[in-house]
Amino acid sequence: MKMPYFLLLLVGLPLGAAIAEVATPLAADPVMEERLKALGQDLRCLVCQNQSLADSNAPLAEDLRQVIREQFRLGKNDDQVRGFLVERYGDFVLYKPPLKGSTLPLWLGPFALLALGLGVLVVLLRKRGHKQPLAPTPDAKAQERARKLLDQDP
Amino acid sequence: MKALRYLIPLAIFAMLVVFLWRGLSLNPREIPSPLIDKPTPGFALPVLGSEQTFRPEELKGQVWLLNVWASWCVSCRQEHPVLVAIGKERVLPVVGLNYKEVRGDGELDPSKIDAATEKALARERASKWLTRHGDPYLLSVLDLDGRVGVDLGVYGVPETFLIDREGRIRYKHIGPLTKEVWSTVFLPQVKKLSP
Repeated sequence: MKMPYFLLLLVGLPLGAAIAEVATPLAADPVMEERLKALGQDLRCLVCQNQSLADSNAPLAEDLRQVIREQFRLGKNDDQVRGFLVERYGDFVLYKPPLKGSTLPLWLGPFALLALGLGVLVVLLRKRGHKQPLAPTPDAKAQERARKLLDQDP
Repeated sequence: MKALRYLIPLAIFAMLVVFLWRGLSLNPREIPSPLIDKPTPGFALPVLGSEQTFRPEELKGQVWLLNVWASWCVSCRQEHPVLVAIGKERVLPVVGLNYKEVRGDGELDPSKIDAATEKALARERASKWLTRHGDPYLLSVLDLDGRVGVDLGVYGVPETFLIDREGRIRYKHIGPLTKEVWSTVFLPQVKKLSP
């Protein structure tokens, strides 16, 4: 009597697949959505430029998310998808700019400024070290007077 | 040496002014396109008011403009007289790329419109708009879902591409085209590209 149940399962399988196809693309593949969300955090929405592609509700962001889903379905990895978008929208879509000639000042600038600041600090500190103290050391007579004043009972 | 004490802060101040001045006058909406000097992405889209499709290769050998527009786009209305003037003077062929005519309109709900209705609605709306505001285009193509727009890196309508005789994008203008931009930026390049 086990046979009919097995057959029923066989009949049911394609039915389930058919239903899945009708479901909204959002619910279709939670793994892909997770991937899209992770990748989208590093991508800039071009319309509302201070929002990531994952967070933005702009129509273009929705279009681009759809495009990314298609790229995922084609088996592209994250770097390839990033490349696909950079080809069309430029490095601007990346929140993390790539290290190359034109972005070198961007990457190295802060370190150069830090080195400059440290250099200035070192020079200033050295100068200060060689300088004479501001107040002259009191002479013997004054020191004697001071000791006497301190020894006196109030 | 004493003068240096005053000159250094002054120099730093001047530098700041230059940086701020430049920063404030830059438009963050104008993102340089990586497509400049690259071949125009291929597409085949239905032509407005006919059953034909158009491919950019068809205009090879000519310098032409590709103008991205939509009837819901307010800035397009603003730039349209400039395009109409260009069309009238027959400076060069202007192809319109109607971008997301139905889906781009925030007042319509695309989830309630099926594909056939969308197509018909887009054609109707686009034609009506061109009848009212003038039609400077050699032809207009319909990019209903905005996918060709993505390939062209479109992110803010209107946008205008200048394409050379080899089919390469030579310049991209973002935002409404003005008379000034046309005569100072586009025309010199058009003249350089034309024989």
